[in-house]
Amino acid sequence: MAFLTLEQITFALGDWQLRASVQVPQGHCVALIGASGAGKSTLLSLIAGFETPDRGQILVNDVDISSFAPSQRPVTMMFQEHNLFAHLSLYDNIALGCHPGLKLTATDRDTIDRALAATGLSELSSRRPADVSGGERQRAALARCLCQKRPVLLLDEPFASLDPRLRQQMHELVDQLRRAHGLTVIVVSHLPHEVARIADEVIFMHEGSVKEQGPVDITLGDPQSPELRDYLQFTGGE
Amino acid sequence: MRLSALWPGGFAVFFLVAVVGGSLLTVVLQFRDSNLVEVLSDTYLHSVIRFTLWQAMLSTLLSVGLALPVARAYARQSHFFGRHTLVMLMGLPVVMPVIVAVLGIVSIYGHNGVINQLLRVTGVAPAFNIYGLSGILLAHVFFNLPLAVRLLLPAWEQIPGESWRLANTLGMSSSQLFRFIEWPSLTSFLPGTLVIIFLLCFTSFAVVLTLGGGPNATTVEVAIYQTLRFDFDPARATLLALIQLALCATIALAMIRWLRALPISQGLQLQTKDRPDCQALTYRIQDAVLIVASTLFIGLPIAAIVVAGLQGPILGVILDPVLWQATGRSLGIALLATSLASLVALGLAMTARRLVLEYRKPQATDIALWVGSLTLAVPPMVIGTGLFLWVLMTDMPQMTTLLLIALVNALMVLPYALRSIAPVLINSGRHYHRLCQQLGLEGWMRFRLIDWPAIRRPVAFAAGLGGALSFGDMGVAALFDTSGAITLPVMLYYRMSAYRFDEAAVTALVLVLISVLVFWLLNRTLGRWPS
Repeated sequence: MAFLTLEQITFALGDWQLRASVQVPQGHCVALIGASGAGKSTLLSLIAGFETPDRGQILVNDVDISSFAPSQRPVTMMFQEHNLFAHLSLYDNIALGCHPGLKLTATDRDTIDRALAATGLSELSSRRPADVSGGERQRAALARCLCQKRPVLLLDEPFASLDPRLRQQMHELVDQLRRAHGLTVIVVSHLPHEVARIADEVIFMHEGSVKEQGPVDITLGDPQSPELRDYLQFTGGE
Repeated sequence: MRLSALWPGGFAVFFLVAVVGGSLLTVVLQFRDSNLVEVLSDTYLHSVIRFTLWQAMLSTLLSVGLALPVARAYARQSHFFGRHTLVMLMGLPVVMPVIVAVLGIVSIYGHNGVINQLLRVTGVAPAFNIYGLSGILLAHVFFNLPLAVRLLLPAWEQIPGESWRLANTLGMSSSQLFRFIEWPSLTSFLPGTLVIIFLLCFTSFAVVLTLGGGPNATTVEVAIYQTLRFDFDPARATLLALIQLALCATIALAMIRWLRALPISQGLQLQTKDRPDCQALTYRIQDAVLIVASTLFIGLPIAAIVVAGLQGPILGVILDPVLWQATGRSLGIALLATSLASLVALGLAMTARRLVLEYRKPQATDIALWVGSLTLAVPPMVIGTGLFLWVLMTDMPQMTTLLLIALVNALMVLPYALRSIAPVLINSGRHYHRLCQQLGLEGWMRFRLIDWPAIRRPVAFAAGLGGALSFGDMGVAALFDTSGAITLPVMLYYRMSAYRFDEAAVTALVLVLISVLVFWLLNRTLGRWPS
């Protein structure tokens, strides 16, 4: 049964239009792939509530969240950049996930400590984002997502700027946290073969539409549409 | 669109409309009593307008023309001991009270100044008369040459290191470097610099009032002041104010495409390591001469103020309670003006950010900057005239007059505050808006935790600069000062007019010291204010 459902969503931005119907089961990880301008980030923005669909519904656990503000949705998102406030320590950045005014209870502090431990940042919590590495910054953003305790995690290429080894480590951490916390994850990537390792399913988008959706090995192993074949050829995913 | 979410900008616009619109309405209502044909055919008025344009044009050409080689010298010699301090010195005339600088200029270039004494002793040239057009030009160059240098330096910062390396491999001469590399970069900075300086000179008041030296060297702003204060002819002052408004609005509109937010730089981001001509002895000597000459030109009047102030009757002046009463008034005006300007700038910037990020209106940033820069088209003296007439009609108490001076000063300071705060606030929004939305960071919580740490320093700098400028401003305060409640700059002007130069020198020093203190305190206190 689907946990996250996008029912006949349409969204227009000038001449460009996005049309999508997607179903994601609870606890699954879906890799969202496609060329630049295919609509991957827009689709995530619609789920997160930064954009409002022109038509259609977004359901999480059968509740229509289309009219909810981003902070009211059972969804959290990591962006390509600016995931942390540069002037706050890693601890405060993570703590914002518990209370946006940083008024923390003992339970909140406990949650933050566990998130820090889970992401291996306990020793670095007092540092500012500029004083840690790119990988540690993304770990902190991930720790905050954990503190938000929301069942859907959207990743909009947050690891794109990291080197391949760090990227792999981050994907493994996401996979580990997903399993431990029962998160439903949608991860956008330009590198299908990399996310294929942690994803259960792949959604291929092309010019604002979902072209193919299915299990990773079948979809990537035997692409049906010429667009996906073409895309995989250029991204080294085939 | 939820209009209630746009209230900070709405409040700011209401404030601007109320003050600017109200004063203009008063001017227009008074205008009905004027005999238009008679005043417009007045040859004196024609000569005043001609002189206003002429001195502004000459001042601009001289300031920018001289600033170009000086800026090039600083750009070419990007590393030498004391460079940072010298470039900082270039910023001093911008924040210095005009009336104080005029006193310093008179001490150096005046009838009994150092230069004329040297000329008399050596007999090289006849003594230099500082009053009239020459004095106005000299003072305008004193203020605007350093400003132009700092506005033009970023043009060199934009030149990438690769361009110099390429020029090196092509064996370009210094003039070819200027023609093919520097000039193309300068063309995007020169028009804005020319327009800003032209408008500053066009609306210059204290310089022309003190150095103008009579009816042959009067600008429209000074004519308004003289008509109101000496001739007490509100009808004529009204017409002059409308003429000034029409001229400024026309100039601002005609030049609007060149008027953009220019960064003021200290030229620290220069990549001139591989510039072919920077090590040549000829150019090093040439640059050194330019840098020393410009430093002396700016530094000597400032030094003269300090020396004269320290030699004056210090105790007699500082023990005079009238001085401290005037200081108190000026401080009150400065604090109120800068607080109001900061609040209005913040309101406009926050609403512009919301319009840009939530309602996809990218033009909102420019509109906000233009609304806040209204004083370019509607000069403070015109607004002051309207408010002056309003005070006459309503018989306001003295305290209200000081409040009105603060209002006009707030409008004068607003462009600085807005140009400091708005880009940082909007940029912070571009980075963090979605993250804030997702975390539910809104309203006061967002301002306290995210916005204030980002804008704290620009707000502090703008408040410091605005406070110092407002504290030292004489223009509108001189216009309003009718009931004995003088401000410190006006007190200095009166002492200079009465040829009490020794007392004036000490007063000037007090004014400078408190201006610096106001800047330092506001900049430091707000810059460290915790979130």
